[in-house]
Amino acid sequence: MKEKLKKSKPLQFGILFLVFLIFYFLVPKSESNLLWRLPPLFKDFPLWINNTIYSALYDWFPIKVWDPVFEMYEKKAAFREVTRAISASVLFLITFVREILLGGVQTLGSFISDSWLNSNKWFTWPALPWTVVVSGAMILGFQLQGIRLALLAGIGVCYLSIFGQWAPSMQTLSFVLITAPICFLFGLSLGIWGYLDKKVEAALQPILNVAQTMPHFSFLIPVMVLFGIGDHAGAIATIVFATPPMVRLTILGLRKISPEVVESGLMSGCNKFQLLFKVLIPTARTDILIGVNQVIMQCLAMTVIASFIGAKGLGFNLKLALNSLKIGKAAEIGICIVIIAVVLDKFSLAWANKQKNYFANLSFFQKNKYLIIFSILLLIGSIIAFYAGNYFNEINYLYIIPYERGFSISPLLDAFVDWVWETFFYYLNAFNIFLISNVLLPMKTAYLAMPVISTFILFMGTGYIIGGLRSAFTVGPLILFIALSEYWDRALITMYMATFAVVISTIIGLVVGSLSAQSEKATKFMLFICDFFQTFPSFVYLIPVILLFGITDTSVLLAAIIYATIPSTRYTIEGLKSVPVSLHEAASMSGVSRLQRWTTIEIPLAFPHIMLGINQTLIFSLFMIVLGALIGTEDLGQIIMGSLSRNDGAGVALTLGIFVSFICLAVDHLIRTWSEKQKKLLGID
Amino acid sequence: MHQSNIDSIALFFLGGHMSILRNKLFGFLASIVIALTCLTNIAKADSSDPIRIPVLNWSSQVVMANVLAQVFEEQGYNVELVPAESASRYEAIRTGDLHIAHETWQSTMAKPMYEAMDKGGLIDAGSHAAPTLEDMGVPNWVIEQNLCPGLPSWEALKSEECQKNFATADSEGKGRWLEGPYEWHTDVMPNRLKGLGLDDTWTVKFAGSADALWAELAAAKKEGRGTVIFNWTPNFTDAEGFTFIEFPPFFQGCRLEDGGSVDTTGCGSPVGWLKKAAHIKLPITHTSAYKFLTKFEANATHIGNMANYVDNGGMTHADAASQFIADFRGDVDEWLK
Repeated sequence: MKEKLKKSKPLQFGILFLVFLIFYFLVPKSESNLLWRLPPLFKDFPLWINNTIYSALYDWFPIKVWDPVFEMYEKKAAFREVTRAISASVLFLITFVREILLGGVQTLGSFISDSWLNSNKWFTWPALPWTVVVSGAMILGFQLQGIRLALLAGIGVCYLSIFGQWAPSMQTLSFVLITAPICFLFGLSLGIWGYLDKKVEAALQPILNVAQTMPHFSFLIPVMVLFGIGDHAGAIATIVFATPPMVRLTILGLRKISPEVVESGLMSGCNKFQLLFKVLIPTARTDILIGVNQVIMQCLAMTVIASFIGAKGLGFNLKLALNSLKIGKAAEIGICIVIIAVVLDKFSLAWANKQKNYFANLSFFQKNKYLIIFSILLLIGSIIAFYAGNYFNEINYLYIIPYERGFSISPLLDAFVDWVWETFFYYLNAFNIFLISNVLLPMKTAYLAMPVISTFILFMGTGYIIGGLRSAFTVGPLILFIALSEYWDRALITMYMATFAVVISTIIGLVVGSLSAQSEKATKFMLFICDFFQTFPSFVYLIPVILLFGITDTSVLLAAIIYATIPSTRYTIEGLKSVPVSLHEAASMSGVSRLQRWTTIEIPLAFPHIMLGINQTLIFSLFMIVLGALIGTEDLGQIIMGSLSRNDGAGVALTLGIFVSFICLAVDHLIRTWSEKQKKLLGID
Repeated sequence: MHQSNIDSIALFFLGGHMSILRNKLFGFLASIVIALTCLTNIAKADSSDPIRIPVLNWSSQVVMANVLAQVFEEQGYNVELVPAESASRYEAIRTGDLHIAHETWQSTMAKPMYEAMDKGGLIDAGSHAAPTLEDMGVPNWVIEQNLCPGLPSWEALKSEECQKNFATADSEGKGRWLEGPYEWHTDVMPNRLKGLGLDDTWTVKFAGSADALWAELAAAKKEGRGTVIFNWTPNFTDAEGFTFIEFPPFFQGCRLEDGGSVDTTGCGSPVGWLKKAAHIKLPITHTSAYKFLTKFEANATHIGNMANYVDNGGMTHADAASQFIADFRGDVDEWLK
């Protein structure tokens, strides 16, 4: 019996579940019972974080700063001067790019005295006409890759202009053109440092883990308190969010380099920097490129969220459109964001893949022909724009198409939403009532009726079965930290919604992923859809979802499922693709049917990889559930969103963000350990 | 094999020069900080500094921000419109990151405003002429279709027929009040239900954002069902018709959290003010802008129009602001005097 128990995992899980149930039903539900709920010992933790932030900003190391307005010295904390200096420089850079695109001399003017500026009114810089930017994008695309990229870029940028989103698009673009390179440089250097120094990597690892799993909203408030409000704050929040994948992928890429490559570099007499920049980084290019792709995706995924703390551009306009329920308009703006993401992503990819020709002996003209063509086009475009100003009497369509003066497909999109509503509402409503009263409410009640001891048995027991004592005691403290706060019940509600969303998303992802993995074309199309929905701002579907399902948990969960199905589909496709073709053939030869092959060979072999997708599914669904607080929830997310308007918001938001992150990390640890063991068992690596 | 190789690479890079490298790194960081500080000093704190006005996410506020921006530009100032959040902007105004909060609603924003004032740095720049009301109410079609006979008196809510018309999928048969986000008034509405003795048959659900309220309003209209939601006036919903429920009259201290009892906490909302706030240095750095701000007293017509140009007229916010200034030039000139 003992032997049998040792071998059989299902039996072990069966016993675990039995113990779980016993405690679930036997523990009396009274607040004084430690097995039912733990006392909130860490209650003051948020306040402590908050006080620390505020004393750093206002009390520590006071220095005297001259205040030109009140004409006296003011005491200010040195730390705050430093954070504000960082803000100012980031803002300076963003404004500089923005003024090149949209006109203005604020940045240049800051180097010149006011009196000179006032006496020389000619000193202005007009916006680039949109026609010039379109041709510039096309030339760049052509130079980087060829006619296909040129067309893609040209059509994309045209869309931005023709649909009347020019100014906000350029604002967002200038924002991304500064944040993405900063993320890239930060990520690359941290990655290299982590690769070279074990201690640094060990220190980076937990920070990266938390930063990647923390909901965006929970670091918005701390960033705002530290860095103020405006584009710079949005940029800094974006950098916090978008850098971790870059660090991770840099380390991963460098680690994969085989020693022979390094040796050959050393043999050819590289010095340190040559070895790093001419050998190591070019060799790790593939992974670093995925990092760049992730940085761009994340930067654009943050545009709407960054507008909560002052980032201008598409994100803010989208929020505004949604507030007056203009869903079509919001979707149109969302498409602009996707376009910018796609074009930038393709550009960076093409740029990195471009081989430098070291041998060509080119004349000045040949070397700079694209620059020269662009200059000529700039001149032509400007002249046309200037003269067109006389021709058009109100709006100069060849210079800049003003906001919302372009075409619009929003009536069509709105009509589509209306059509969906009119056609499906009554069925959906019946389904909604059924789902809430038969599934969601009972599930929520069951989660809330779970004694804290049962939760621990479930998490730590699973950890023990999968990875021994080590796993059990990795997972335990993470959950304990949440259980010792006053937000445990809310965390349970978050867990209930996450469980539901993850289960449904995984099922959909498995089915859709498996179906589209059958053909090359379908795979490509599906991966494009995944990219689209990853950058398409999820805010857009929050509102239609309310129209269909009201302010209920169903709405929140539906939004979460749409978003969380992306990674599960992606990983299913990747997992199935990684199953060796020889195995398919071997199976077919042994006479299995297509369905049998799928259930008995492909899925089991791909499952470890798919499980890693479930990790991402959980992270994605938790992000959306937190965002779902905008619809109306009673979980951790409600407090995180609410902390935007709380006095001690910074501490509360950070703490609850850490809670969400810990839930992710606990599950992540379990899945990763299981997946690695399973991979070893199956002999795939 | 592989691992040790990596270590040797690390050694190659860092070697015995670890401490030197570290010193260099600190020197580098220090110089960055100094450079950054120099850069900020370029930004001058005088009248050429832009006046930073927060833009929130509802029409009248955005249009009013644009009106202020256009007037200030007329006066010769630079202006920057900064997207912000309604409650957190007061802290930003206090520290000087922003300069003006031109729509401060008493019942939802008084608390963060006065908290910022307590810490120092924010000043009250007077009230608008428009009185404001924020309370639970129903869209007019609810009364027209007689979904709850007796409305707008709150007593109508007592009837079972009425309560059933407002039940939703997740309200377990009770009638539902859709309140704004919890942080707006915390427990005022649940307490009011208790105070009125309605808490057995009615329940309060907190929406997550103003957007959610409007979406619910639109959904209820399409479906033709009743809904009791939190709303305010002046607002764009005034155009479609919205009726506030008449609760027992408000008096100072009637609410539980202001020291009232369960018997009195059923009282309705007070008629409130709509204030303007400013950063403490604004009167010195941008004198005439501040003067305009204090004299700018928008009344209900002004605010209704601002929202209407955008929500029903389909204008952009900037155009609506120009239109407003053109339509009410006399008033604007009066405020500019």
